[in-house]
Order: sequence, then C-alpha cells, then structure tokens
Amino acid sequence: MSETNSFDLIIIGAGPGGYVAAIRASQLGMKVAVVEKRTTPGGVCLNEGCIPSKALLDSSELFAMARDRFALHGIVVDSPHLDLRTMMLRKEDVVKKLTDGIAYLFKKNKIERFHGTAVLKGVNPAGRHQVEVALAASSAPNDLQNLLDPPARTFVVITAPKVILATGSEASALPGISFDSNVVVTAREALSFEYVPEHLVVAGAGFIGLELGSVWRRLGAQVTVMEMLPQILPNMDRQAADTLYRSLRKQGIQFKLSTRITGVRKIGSKAIVQFNSGAGSEEVDCDKVLVAVGRRSLSTGLGLEEISVSLDEAGRVVVDDSYQSSVPGVYAIGDLVAGPMLAHKASEEGVACVERMAGMTTRVEYEFIPGVVYTWPEASSVGMTEEQLKTAGIPFRSGRFNFAALGRARCMDETEGFVKILAHLENDRILGVHIVGPRASDLISEAATVMSFGGTARDIALICHAHPTLSEALREAALDVHKEAIHA
Amino acid sequence: MEIKIPEVGESVREALLAKWFKKSGEMVKRDEPLCEIETDKITLDLNAEATGMLTITVPEGTTVAVGAIIGMIEESARMPVTEVTAPVTDLADKLAAPPSSPSLRRDMREQNITPDEVEGSGKGGRITLDDLFTSIEEKSKMPPPSRPATNVVSEAVLPERTNAAELPVSPPVDAVSAPLEINEPAQQFSVRSEESPSYSSVRDERRPMSPLRKRIAERLVAVRQQTAMLTTFNEADLTHVKALRTTYREHFLQRHGIALGYMPFFVKACIEALKEFPMVNAGIDADDIVYHHYYDIGIAIGSDKGLVVPVLRNADHLKLYEIDQAITAFAGKIQTNHLAISDLEGGTFTISNGGVYGSMLSTPILNPPQSAVLGMHAIQERPVVRDGQVVIRPMMYLALSYDHRIIDGREAVGFLKKVKEYIEEPEELLLES
Repeated sequence: MSETNSFDLIIIGAGPGGYVAAIRASQLGMKVAVVEKRTTPGGVCLNEGCIPSKALLDSSELFAMARDRFALHGIVVDSPHLDLRTMMLRKEDVVKKLTDGIAYLFKKNKIERFHGTAVLKGVNPAGRHQVEVALAASSAPNDLQNLLDPPARTFVVITAPKVILATGSEASALPGISFDSNVVVTAREALSFEYVPEHLVVAGAGFIGLELGSVWRRLGAQVTVMEMLPQILPNMDRQAADTLYRSLRKQGIQFKLSTRITGVRKIGSKAIVQFNSGAGSEEVDCDKVLVAVGRRSLSTGLGLEEISVSLDEAGRVVVDDSYQSSVPGVYAIGDLVAGPMLAHKASEEGVACVERMAGMTTRVEYEFIPGVVYTWPEASSVGMTEEQLKTAGIPFRSGRFNFAALGRARCMDETEGFVKILAHLENDRILGVHIVGPRASDLISEAATVMSFGGTARDIALICHAHPTLSEALREAALDVHKEAIHA
Repeated sequence: MEIKIPEVGESVREALLAKWFKKSGEMVKRDEPLCEIETDKITLDLNAEATGMLTITVPEGTTVAVGAIIGMIEESARMPVTEVTAPVTDLADKLAAPPSSPSLRRDMREQNITPDEVEGSGKGGRITLDDLFTSIEEKSKMPPPSRPATNVVSEAVLPERTNAAELPVSPPVDAVSAPLEINEPAQQFSVRSEESPSYSSVRDERRPMSPLRKRIAERLVAVRQQTAMLTTFNEADLTHVKALRTTYREHFLQRHGIALGYMPFFVKACIEALKEFPMVNAGIDADDIVYHHYYDIGIAIGSDKGLVVPVLRNADHLKLYEIDQAITAFAGKIQTNHLAISDLEGGTFTISNGGVYGSMLSTPILNPPQSAVLGMHAIQERPVVRDGQVVIRPMMYLALSYDHRIIDGREAVGFLKKVKEYIEEPEELLLES
C-alpha cells in the first residue's frame, strides 16, 4: 500500500458534518482524506439547502419590503420590478464564495480531497478499512479528450483504520409521484426556478416547504401548502406554530391541512394536483409542485450491507454514543444517523466523533440544539415545548412577551410574534424557549447558552440587556415567568 | 454450523480463545477470520466455514479444549436490524443535577466524576471549576478504586436528549456496543492541564502475557537452569558467498523465483559440519545420549507474537533453492497465522539469524532437547589481514551456544571452525555434498 493512499481517517461526504469533522481531525493531528461526489464541498447545506435558500429568503424579503412596506416608512419608489436572473446569480455567488472558503480550509489543513463516489470494501489483512473511490470523470486531466473518447472509470483504493460516513440525505418523494426535475421538484430545483411560477403547490408544511413557499410568495407566486396533518410544523410549540400559521396566511400563502395529495397529472409544463381534504377528490391547476415531505438517509450504494453495518428500519446507520456502527472502525454522523436532520447537529456530531476518537469525552448535548424556521417572521426554539412538558408531567411556569410591546420592534415595524420561556416551577431552570418574530434565529442563541449553563429564568432577568434591542424581549419574557415584566 | 476448536498439533490439548474479531449477532462471510486462538506454541486465526449470523457461546479470554464448540453460524440468518429506541428521558433525574457549564461537564466526564461527587459552591448549588478541582484533589487522596472498563458517565451529568426542536431527537443507541479502541485517558484523577489532550495520552498500559509469551518465558528460564550452556565464537569471511550470490542472483531468480539468500549456505554448511561432529546433532534424554541420523534444522524467525522456530525436515536432502523457498513459505505462514504445530515439532539443530536485526554479536540460547544452536550476525565490512596485507572484507561473527554436558569445548570449537571454512570456501560444500 503506497503511503499516499493510506490515511488515519477517511470521511465520506463533505457536507456540514463531514467537512467540519475533517478539519477538527486534522487539528488533532490525523491525516485525513475526504471523498465527495460533488465538485464543490459543503454538501446539501451549502450547495442546495441552507445557504442558497437563505440568500433567496433575504433577497425576496427585501423585494417584498420595497414593494409593500417602503411607503409606510415614507420612502416612495415606483413599484419595484424583479430581475430574477440577477437574484439567482447573487445566490450562486454567495454559494461559490462559501464553498471556495471550505476548499481553502481543506488545503490549509492538508486534507486530501477525492472527487468521486466511495464504496466500503471491508478490512485488509493489516486491519485497515479499504474505501474504493470511483473518481469522477471531470477529475481526469483532459476534458476534451474525455468527450471524444470517454475513459474507463478510474478507481483508487484508499485505506485508514477509521472511516466516517457523512453522506447525508435526499428528499423523499410522495408515494407514486416521482420527481421530474421540472414540474414535480425537490427543494434543489425550487431554489433555481427560471421564472416565478404562477401557482406553486407545496407538499408538506415542514420548514423547507414553508421557507421556499415564502420565497416564491414574496416574489409574486400564488402558493398553496398542502399538509397531511391538521397543523403545520407538528413538533413545534403550538402557540408558536399557530402564530406563524396566522402570519403566513396573512402574507397570502394558502393552506390545505389534513389533506392528502393523491396524484399529479402533468400537461406540458403545467400540472393538475389531485388531493383529498376529507370531502372527496378535488383538483387544482399549478405550474410547479414542490415536494418537501421529509428526507431519507443516503445509506445505499456505500457497500454497507456487504460489510454488515447495521441499519435501522428507516435506513439509518445504528451507532453507539461514539458514533461507531456495528462494524468497528466505521462511524456515521449527521442525517445518516437518528435525530433531527439539521446541518448544525451534523457538525456537532462530526466534532464529537473525531474528538472521541482522540480520547476526549466530548458529547453532543442534544437537548440544547436549537431549531430555526427562516420564514418571516422567523420561528426558533430550543428545549421542550409546552405540550411535551405537559405530557411528561413536569411542573412549569410560562412567561411570554409580545414584540408589539417592544420599542425596537416598533421602530422596525416588525411587531408580529413573541418570546415564550418555559421554566421549572420549583427550581426555575429554563426548560424551553420558543420565539416567533424578527431575527428569532439570532435571538435563540442566548436561550441555548443560558440553558446549557443550567440557568434559570431569573438568570436571564438579572442580566442587563442593551436598549433598545430585540433581545430585551427575552428578558421581559423571563421576568414574566414570575409575573414581573416591566413592559407588559 | 458449529464452530469448533480444531486439532492443531499432537501435543496441544487446549487453546486460549484470544480474541473474537466479530460480535454475536453479526453477519459473517465464509472464509472471513472469526477469532484468534493461541496455544503455547502458536497463534492461529479461525475462519468462518459458512456465511451467516454468528452466535458466540464462549467469550474471549477463555481457555478451551481442542474440539470444544465456541459458537454457531446460522446460515439462514439475514441481516439483523437493531431497533432504534426513542430516548427514555428521566427529566426528574436531569433536573436534580446541579447546574454547570458545558465545558465543566466535559471535564467531569474526563475525570470520571459524577456531579453528585462534587459539592457545588455557586448559586443554586452550581458547580464551578474550583469545585471540580477541589473534588479531584480529595479523590486523589483516597486509594484509587478499580477502574471501570469504559468511561461511565452518570446520566445526571449528561441530561440525555429531550426533543430539541423540529423533530423528535433519538440519541445514538448503545444497542451495538462496538468496542472502543484504547483511547481512554490514562490518568484518572489528575487535574487536567490547560493544553488540549494530545492524540494519544496513554503512558502506562498493563496487559496479560499471552500463553505463547508465557511459554517462551518459562522455557528460557528452564534452559538456563537445566543445561550447561556455553558459547564459542568465530568469524567468517563472506567474500565468496557474496560473489556467488551476485553472479547467480538473476539466474536463480529466473529459474526458481527466489533471490538466493545467505541462510541456505549456512544450513548446508552446518549439515556438513554436523556430519563430522555427530554429538552436536545429538540430545540428552534422561541418562542416555540420543544420536540423530537425520538433519532437521530449525530456523528461528521473529514475529510480532514472539520468536518461532519452524523446522526444515531432512534438510540434508534439500537443494539450496528448496531451502530458500521453504524458509520464505514459513515466513508467509507466520504472518497470516497459518503455521501448523507440526511445522514446529522436532528439530535436531537450530540456526538463529540476529543479523537481520543488525546484531553484531550475541549469544543464542539453546532449544532443548537440542544441544546446540548457531547464531548468525550482521555482515560488516572490516579490515582483516590476508597474506600479510590489511584488506577490507565482508565479515560476520558466528556464535555457537552448546550444552557442555555432552559437547566438549574441542568439539564445539571444531564444529564452528568447520562451518566457517565451508562458508569461506563454499566450493568445498559442492565437492562434499
């Protein structure tokens, strides 16, 4: 085995789990190889998920603001028109800058990248895991030559005592309705529509569906969200979800809850969606159907069955608390294992996984992982919901403060939503925080910090918050836990 | 299909089941190594005889008789599916733990300390870094308790996962408790230094001796106590052997697929010398001396498990290349744990080559009931005197350890001198054999 193909650690997948794990492992002194099938690192998160969707959310938010709200501030402009091409190019530029940044970090940390797909080939006599990489054609030197005379796929075998699987997940399809990347699409295509659809039907009222529905609604599309369950964001605190629901409806997004999509008929570039809301079969015309009904772990094609890696019934890799699978030396993190499919959860697991390899005792504290929905107003939460506390029979007190009563929110003309703090009835420890409102995504980190330190509602109440800021809402909500809010 | 401890050799009645490579419930493939067994002579890998699900009935570390059943392979079994169970979170427990910071919780795990062992001096019983240091110091004054096998962390330190946000969070499961590698911090109660831990922090490690190692140890001591071992030295000029090798190397490689080594020359030289000094090829059995009219030469080969000495049977009938091929085959078998006990039994004389490790001069130890052993050493260019001139020659020190009870000094020295002569004038070997 040549020195160049032997490593201390091989990571399959350069998404937010894999690339963070790679950099941390390199910091800890390991010689790391990363196999990635895309030409750019960053995975779904950077290439077709979190980052491009936020770029579009910010752009479309500005557009909607100029159109609908500038007048209120006394700014008179002619009705703005949309240059979707430029908006998309800006989004692509944001993605490129960030993926280039990771490519640079790989170089800086001497992480070797292999562009291609990986298959685990078991352990060699020296006890090292063998990973066969089918190199992507574009990594061959002469592209023109390749076009004329396509080369046989080149394979390399790399080895390491440890392998981390970080291949992530892909969008699930509706039963019986397959994706066609034009009319019935996943979030990836919905981030790159070439025109604003007249009518976009979104299947699934989870955060992906609501975020992309918001983007296209703001840019002028009619948007209908269909959800099988009687509520949106089923795992969210009810008060928060209801507030967001009202707000999104006010923005013109239509909802059909308790609705099952039974079929999609395509007519040219249009489609007729058949659905059932309990009153028999109905139909609606649209030009795009975004299916966002969940994601599925990408555990196939890696040779996992062949080397007897145990998977659960959802196709996720079963791992122990060091993220090691049933095969010693094979680890898995992120969307490939149980838990919420969140980029920051994958990154945390990546760090914990390699630090534990290095003998450290790091653990991911799952109860303090925040979740965010980037609609406008935004929604975020950390810890338990009111419903979960009631089910668990834990005595609690709740404090709440509306942004409508907050100076800064008034100045911004962002008065929708609230901060809600749930604290233990006896020891006042904070059990959950739920925010709907402007920049809820940034506000949640104070809550996550205090909870990680085992803090109480009184702790937040006793910390001086600058005035006038949005963060004051958190302090007022904490005061309200003991019914001592100043501005309520 | 049952997995049995196979017959490994005449004198072997039991074996240590040293290590299972697979876990119970795991799928195994035919011919995949399942476990490692150790006898007092060799270490062997046991391969699966069928594809299926493994059930282990005898845990590793157990000594088992030859023929014993140590597990089963269920051939019809399919891939097992381990249930991912939703986390059972005992919130009451979690809330009982005093507040602390995330980094402090990691420090506590590192020191194997649970929060109830620490008295929190902060507000609401909060544990501070100083509290932890105090607790570590107190604990280090007490006799250290026996160490738990893994870093056991109280559930209370680690408020297990509640549902975090969007989706219910299931924690990684312990169901497949794959063995952790030796990555645990070595010092349990030391105050953690400011530096982050290095990749490996193990300083001392205690491991039981393998049966093979134990047997080697016992035998070596016995040899010292039960024989009258002496060593005599000489040196050989390898100019001719070297020239022969250089001249015929390519030819040899083409004809026999092997690069002619030095060892075959020494085997041949020893056999010729043994013929002249039969006592060196003999052994003591109680009050008798047993003379052997055959030449079974043991070749000592180092491995990571210890030194093993496979035997070249009737080496006097082997050609040079056959000797070389046989030795290469032994080395391969040792690496893959496929050496058979029968390969090690018998032997009338042994050759040990410390030269491969660069040894200049050392005294080999006898391998009873044999009475002598030849030690080869590194070849070095040294100034020597030939015909009144100082010249540079490739020289090797030779050592012969012998049992003085049956071999006299004169015979030992004479034998070694003969070996030296055959090596220096290999043509004579041709004329003699």
